Formats: sequence, C-alpha cells, structure tokens
Amino acid sequence: MSGRRLPAPAGRWLERDRPVAFRFNGRQLTGLRGDTLASALLANGIALVGRSFKLHRPRGVFSCGIEESCAVVDVGEGGRHTANVRATLLPIEENLSARSVNCWPSVGFDVGAVTGWFAPLLPAGFYYKTFKWPSWRWFEPAIRRMAGLGSAPTVPDADRYEEIAASTEVLVVGGGIAGLAAAVGAARSGAATLLVASGARLGGTLGWRGDAEVAALEATARSLGVRVLTRTLAFGVYDHNLVCACETVSGEGAADGARPVLRERLWRIRARAVIAAAGAIERPLVFPDNDRPGVMLLGAAVKYAQAYGVACGARAVIVTDSDAAYPAAAALRAAGIEVLALIDRRSSPEPAAGAPLLRVLADADIVSVAGARAVRGCAVAPVAAAFRRRERLECDLILSCAGYAPAVQLHSQAGGRLRWLEDEAMFVPDGAAPGLASVGACAGVFGRAAAAAHAGEVGEALARGRPPPAAPVGGAGRSGPGASVRARGKRFVDLQNDVTADDVRLAARENYRSVEHLKRYTTTGMGTDQGRTSNVNALILMGECTGREPAEVGTTRFRPPFAPVTLGAIAGRRVGALYRPLKRLPADAWHEAHGALFESFGDWWRPAAYPRAGESLDAAAQREALGVRRGAGLLDGSPLGKLEVFGPDAGPFLDLMYVGTMSTLAVGQARYGLLLNENGVVVDDGVVARLGEQHWWVNTTSSGAERTAAAFEEWRQCEYPRLRVLITPVTSRWANVTVAGPRAWEWLARAGFDDRLAPAAMKHMTLRESALAGGVPLRVLRASFSGELGYEINLPADHAATLFARLWDRADEMQGVLYGIEALQVMRTEKGYLHVGADTDGTTLPGDVGFGRGIERKAANFVGRRSLLRPAAQDPDRLQLVGLVPVDGRTLLAVGAQIASRRAPAPIEGRVTSSVMSPELGCPVALALLAGGARRIGEEVRVHHLGAMTTARVVRPPFVDPEGKRVHG
Amino acid sequence: MRDETEFVCGGTTHIARPEPGASDAEWGEYLFFRDNPKGMHRERWRHAFGCGQWFNVARHTVTHEVRAVYRLDEPPPPDRPPPPDEAPR
Repeated sequence: MSGRRLPAPAGRWLERDRPVAFRFNGRQLTGLRGDTLASALLANGIALVGRSFKLHRPRGVFSCGIEESCAVVDVGEGGRHTANVRATLLPIEENLSARSVNCWPSVGFDVGAVTGWFAPLLPAGFYYKTFKWPSWRWFEPAIRRMAGLGSAPTVPDADRYEEIAASTEVLVVGGGIAGLAAAVGAARSGAATLLVASGARLGGTLGWRGDAEVAALEATARSLGVRVLTRTLAFGVYDHNLVCACETVSGEGAADGARPVLRERLWRIRARAVIAAAGAIERPLVFPDNDRPGVMLLGAAVKYAQAYGVACGARAVIVTDSDAAYPAAAALRAAGIEVLALIDRRSSPEPAAGAPLLRVLADADIVSVAGARAVRGCAVAPVAAAFRRRERLECDLILSCAGYAPAVQLHSQAGGRLRWLEDEAMFVPDGAAPGLASVGACAGVFGRAAAAAHAGEVGEALARGRPPPAAPVGGAGRSGPGASVRARGKRFVDLQNDVTADDVRLAARENYRSVEHLKRYTTTGMGTDQGRTSNVNALILMGECTGREPAEVGTTRFRPPFAPVTLGAIAGRRVGALYRPLKRLPADAWHEAHGALFESFGDWWRPAAYPRAGESLDAAAQREALGVRRGAGLLDGSPLGKLEVFGPDAGPFLDLMYVGTMSTLAVGQARYGLLLNENGVVVDDGVVARLGEQHWWVNTTSSGAERTAAAFEEWRQCEYPRLRVLITPVTSRWANVTVAGPRAWEWLARAGFDDRLAPAAMKHMTLRESALAGGVPLRVLRASFSGELGYEINLPADHAATLFARLWDRADEMQGVLYGIEALQVMRTEKGYLHVGADTDGTTLPGDVGFGRGIERKAANFVGRRSLLRPAAQDPDRLQLVGLVPVDGRTLLAVGAQIASRRAPAPIEGRVTSSVMSPELGCPVALALLAGGARRIGEEVRVHHLGAMTTARVVRPPFVDPEGKRVHG
Repeated sequence: MRDETEFVCGGTTHIARPEPGASDAEWGEYLFFRDNPKGMHRERWRHAFGCGQWFNVARHTVTHEVRAVYRLDEPPPPDRPPPPDEAPR
C-alpha cells in the first residue's frame, strides 16, 4: 500500500496552502488543514496504524468515518490523554500527538504478535472455557496484559466539559441531503427546527463531491432559521424524545498550555418529533486475511480521494457482490487511481451496472492476500472452486463492498422494528418508531431525489403533527450476502474484536445460535465501533451455519450510546468540588479560625475535632470528651435536622409518625421518638418538643433531615390528607450551638443567659423560648447526646458565629473545650445512645434496640406498628443491641468485626457496630448487634477481625453513668 | 413543561392500606407484593426538585407513555387500549 496525495481538484475539504505538523508514534509528519489523522497518515504513505485487540495483527485504516474498527489511537499526554480515538474522525491540528495502541515496543515490531501463533488455541469463548477448566486464574493476568486497545489515563482530565439543555419542535439528526431536506420541510411549515450533524460540514456524501443542490439546500435551511449544530453526535434516544448529543467544542490538539479548555458539551435535547437522517454504513466482504493494512471499504477509498485528495494506493482491486461497487469504481478511476480488476462474486452481475473499460471478473472471489504489514497482492479463484487459483493480481489496495447497512440505531433505540430486504441484503426500519421517523439512507431510501422528496414530506408532516409518510425504500442496488462460510483461512468478521468466520461457526456448533448469544460468545459487535461493519455479516454467517435466513436470525437490540462518549462529557461539571457540593456550617469560618479539623459527615463539612499542635485526631477526641465530662464543651450541632409542624392535627399526626406519644406533651415539654418505616424498621430518631398548642419542633438526625421531611410529607399527602397539618423543614434556617458538661449552665450563666434556663427552672427534655440581647430569638432545648447536662441552643443561622464567640470569650475561666464529632461519638457510645444507621440496619426493629416496651403501652396506631406484631418481629433470636467489652481490657474491637463463638462452620452471630476507647473508663467499649443479645448479658463471645480473634464480654450499656444522673445536672 | 429529572417515582399507587387488625398474611401481601404489569401502571410521583407535591400517574411500562396525571384523591382513569401505531412490541 502506497498512499499519496492527489493533485487538486481532488480533496475538496483540504486547504492546500495550510500545512499542519503533527506527531504519530513520535515521528514528525505533515498534513494539510482539513485532514483527519487517517487521511494524513495515508497521504504520508503510512499503512500500519495499530495492532489488533486479541491477536496483535497489524492493522491499518479501514474506513473513512464513524465505523472505523482498526485505526484506533491514543492521543495526548497526562491530563490530555484520550484513549481509543478513531483516527478517521480526528482532525489533525498543530500539537496533535497520537500513538498506536496494543503494541510493544513498537507498532512495527510488536512482541505481542506471538499471540498469533497461539491463535488456534484462542477461539471464541476461550476464556469462558477457562472458567470451567483448567483455571481462569492461570490465563487472566496474561489475557489482561495482552488484550485490549488503548491505555486508560492515569491523571485527572485537565480540561472542562459542560452540559446544556435544549428543546425544539423538530430535531433532525444528520446533515446530508435527507437531513437538510427534512429540516427545510419542517422549518417551512413553521416548526422550530434544530439540526445536529456529527461532521464539521453539512452535505453528507454529496457535500464532498461539491454537489450544488445540497449546498443550495443548506443555504435554504439556514435562511429559514434552522438552528445547526455541527461536530455534534446524537448518541442516544431516550424516553419521551429526549435525545442526547455530544458536541466537540475544541479538538484534541487545541490545548497545549496549562489553561483548561472547554472540550465537549453534552446536549440534552427534548424534541416533539425526531427525524433520523443518519445515513448508511458500507458493509465489507469477508475473505481470507481481509484485515491486512491496505484492505479497506470501497466507499472509504472514494471519500479519501474526493474529500481529502488522498489515493489510498496506486493499484486497486475491488471485490464486491453489490451493484454499488460499479459507480464507485468509476469514481476511483476518475480520481486517478488505477483499478486492476473488479471481482464480482455473483455469477451474473447486472449488465447495466458494468462500467466501460473496467475489467470485471464475475463469479470469482479473493482466496488469499499477500503481505502482512501492507497488501502486496491477492489471489483470485472461482467462487465454486476456491482451490483452483485463477490469477494473482499485483495490487497494493483491496477494496471491498457488499452494499450498505442503514444506520438504524436511533430508530431501534426509539423502539422501532426492523425488516430485512432480501435483494439489498440490509435491515431497514419497519415503519416509523414512536416519536421518531427515519429518512434517507438510514430509512433504506438511497436515490437522492427520492430521499430528498420523502425527507421534505416527513419534515412537513411532523411539523404539522401528522403521521410521517411511508419511506419509498430502494435505490441501493442489489447485493449478495457478502459473507460465506465456504472459503478457508482467517477471515475476519469483526476486525476490532478479532472475530473470524470460524468463530461464528464454532458458536453455531456449540449452540450459541441466538444472535444475543452469538454476540456475547464471540464478542462480535462489541467494542468502540459497535459492530457497524460486522453485525450484518455475522448474522448472515450464523444464518448460513444454522440454515436460517438473516431475517430469522435477527439483530441484537441497539442501545445507546450510538458511538463512544467520553466520561468527561457525561460527568460535565460534576467533578471535584462540584461532584457533591458540601454543606457548610453557618459558623464555618469561626471553627476554621479555632483550629477545627474538618471532615465530611454525610453532606456536611464539619469539625471532626480541634487538635492541638502535634495532636492526633484520636488523642484530640479523647481530650475533648474528657473535657466535656469534667467541665463543659461547645459543639456545633447545626446539621441536626429541624422541622416545624403546625396545625390543629399536628399532635395526632406526630403520634402516627413516631413510636412514642407526642400529642400528650405539654407546651414546653420534649420527648424522644423513633421513626419507623412501614416494615417497622427504625429509620431515624430524634426529639419532638411542643412550642405551642398547634406548633411543634422536631429534631431529626443530621443525615436523616431531608429523608424524614420527605417521609412526613408523603404520609401527610398520600395517606392522611384529612389531617390539618403543615410541615416546614427549617434545618438550614436555625443553627444549633450545643453546650454540654457538668458546668454547662455555669458557662451560660456567666455569658449572661436568662435564669429561666437554669437546671432548677428547666428540666431535662424541656424547651424554652428566649432571646439574646437585640431580640435574636432562641429555642433552647435541654437534651443530651453526651450523657451530660446539655443545652441545645437553636438560633437563626446568621447569629451562630456571634454566639460561639460570645461563649468562647468565657472558655478560659470555665476551662471549656470545643469538641467535634469524634468526641461526640466517644461519649454517645459510652452512654449506649443509638446512632441510627450505624447501630441499626435495614432489619432493626425498636425492640431490638431496647424500645420494645413503649410499643405495648402505646395503644394508638403509628407507622410500622402492625409490622412489629408479626411473628418474625417477636423472635427472641433477633439481632439485638448490646454492649461489648474486651476481656483483656485493652483491645479495641473493630467496627464491623464479626461475632462467631462456635467453631467454624458456625453461623455468624452478630457484629460490632460502634467501638471507642473510653477516656472515662480507660478501656475500650463497644456496641454490637448480637443474635438473642438481650438474654446473653454476661456471656463471653469471640469477635473476629482480619484473622485476629478477641474475646469480649456481653454487657448491658450504658458504660458510663448507668443511673443517668448526669443529664439532670 | 418540567423536566423528568425533577420528579421521583414513589411506586404503585391506589394500594389500600389494611386495617391494623389485618391478618399476618394480608399485612404481608400489602408490604411485600406488588403487581409488575406489562402495560398500564398506576403509580405515584413526587415533584421532588420542585414543589414537593405528590400526584398520581398512569404510565405504560413498555412505551413509558404517560396516559394520565391526576390528583391523589381522584379515581384512576379507565384503561383504554393504546392506538395501534403505539402498540407495544
């Protein structure tokens, strides 16, 4: 194969006066502006581009578009590395640097090519078989190393991606003559019309031929106000005509500096009607060694000549069983490429299809190809007698054409059905899909006049809300099946996945006959090209092997995406800090200034502790917890969920929501409540206080704030619509400054707080409304998650930092501490207080965590109550929350450690759910869910973690202050 | 018109919640068993990233066509066969 540049006027897309330097495998090369990497490589006479997926066979450029299966390259370095880019779609630019894939040390000399020697041992389903025998593990490392294409990037993407939503009345996908005609038809009828085209230019196959009609059509479309997006590939049709498309904003070589550039834009387009005008893909023939560099699609060679001014070789042989090859052969010769012969597999080619002065060998086929890294010739024999070689042709280019495969993917994604055309050997849409009509070649309409006329009618009909007219299918010319099981040799069906005709035959023999099984067993049709050039050939072969028509074999269902989409485009701006924006505390800056070590807890970015210089997180948590127990401490509890519930029926409503009767609370009183789901499972807990006759204050857990508000709303709206209740989430409206410890009140008193908040005047589990100077309202709840005297001061979020500062001014005289979540976890575990989600799971019922008695007392119904009366809920062997202490008094049990006391195999009896070193006791303590735990107090159990075993004693929590005196102050 | 991503499906609607005195079998049926029809399905949805309103939807499980949107306290609309050109395949 000896590609070269053709003289003008060939190469309509080139700007001949603008050379572009680029690099391929480290080599400096020059192309022209307008070239793709593939056309530039061909123009430079480079045939060998990469190595194949499984067998490391040399591969070159096979096509001229989206269907490319072989010329796949890695582009760029570091944060600009993109894997598996199709060279046929990649415009060359200054700075572009591309590399061959799946070869080492170089594409010319590839050690992995030894794989080819073992090819007979690597048939379809090879690795499935190793699952059975002898062992997949023997082969896995080698297969993972040897197989594959490009390499994954190792550092984060340096560039930016974004997403945009759009809506339109009519969306046209494809910018060829049919797409343009459809857009003109729709826009003329007054519909807002958007046209997206994957290429940089409109016009399709007629465009690069310089067709005047298509240029005029484009001008008309633009003058009618059709909105056009080029370099935008519509890759998926989803429910209700949501079409996703990816726009290439700047190319692979665009960025060379450190500044990020906008690389791609993901369009989410809602359209009332979609018109697919995606064209057709040429289908290759299957013959021995049909993967050699220099074997290409016929139409691709024509396009390279006409659009890019590149002759892919000097002496071409065309092999076909389709009428479509004849005009293409004439076009090639017109472009100055010698055509040695046209080999037609059919015994009686259409006489009218023959071109003058063209040597046609009918009823013949290629039986071998010479040359490994570039075609040097081929041997031809009669179809019926492959062993009787007729002739050797000294060619450097073999072009095959078995007709077309309409790009029916979008039609199929939209739910449309397909039908098989026997004479043309192709699948076409069987009528329109819901919400989507196909026009032009992707509908099976190949004549340009017929396609344009039909597309215009479809555009008009859909714009006016009428059903689209039926497609006048035809014009592609007759085609034979293109594939045959008769010949010998390595005949590739799927070039990207190294699937041969023998693999298909093997699949049939092993009874993987369904098209879905065929695909999974042989991997045909997978990969970045999604089988555009292989699917139809594979199922024709399968049909031959199993005595079925291609229509009976059928196709696999096409699913989005139509072509590979980068993860960057899908992620868009949702990366890094924007991936999941953290919620910050209202006094965030104050904590930062006071030495907080922040961590994310659920959605919140909160102080884990306030370590001193050189102090570890654990040591800080121990010091802070002890500081609270000995004196007093300040905690920012603002993430605690807060709901206000109003209305005459608010009390009864809360009775329904919580285990624990709330309606009997007097104003100013508060009560602990467990929230269950309908299965009786504990999903949240919190404190409910009554602010007024018809006004309630509900604290949920920090992580459960939104979930609980949503659950309340669902019950109110869907199940209890007659209750007069209003639910308002106010979590971010109110900050929570918690003061805890034996000296908590003293601290508040010194800071000037109202005497009505003194422990003597305000009992544990009560709530008082008060105000700071200046009228800042306070809702002060006496509650405790530390086990000490505690005040939760709720105040408008804007004032949180002021209150922290005001209290912290007295910290020295109080010997007070700031404490974070880690210290809080230490203290609540010492007290055996439940942390829903850590000490409970999706099966935990109230009785399992020590709240069984309340249920018997509460006569009224509540969510989940009936489920607690099921026999399974009363099983004494349920997982129940207990305390654990290591018998040695030293070993900290690991959270998640499994409890299994009997010798294996024995059932696991439970697991550790919370575990801390208790600074108060000087030894580790833990909480665990243990089967039948409530009656196993005093028992010793074995706790296993990562191969280590610890003996622990089952105890009844709490570990600290079992009488619960401290909370009362 | 609002985007679909603003809404969250809350599962089958029009499920009668048994009385507290229901048998274990009835209660289990209510908790754990749902129809999985190929065709029209009535379900409740919430405008989660919006007003928070719950409402009922009659949706075709094959074509995802939304046949009706109606209030929680309204009866379900009668089934009608889909037009022939939209019949599920």
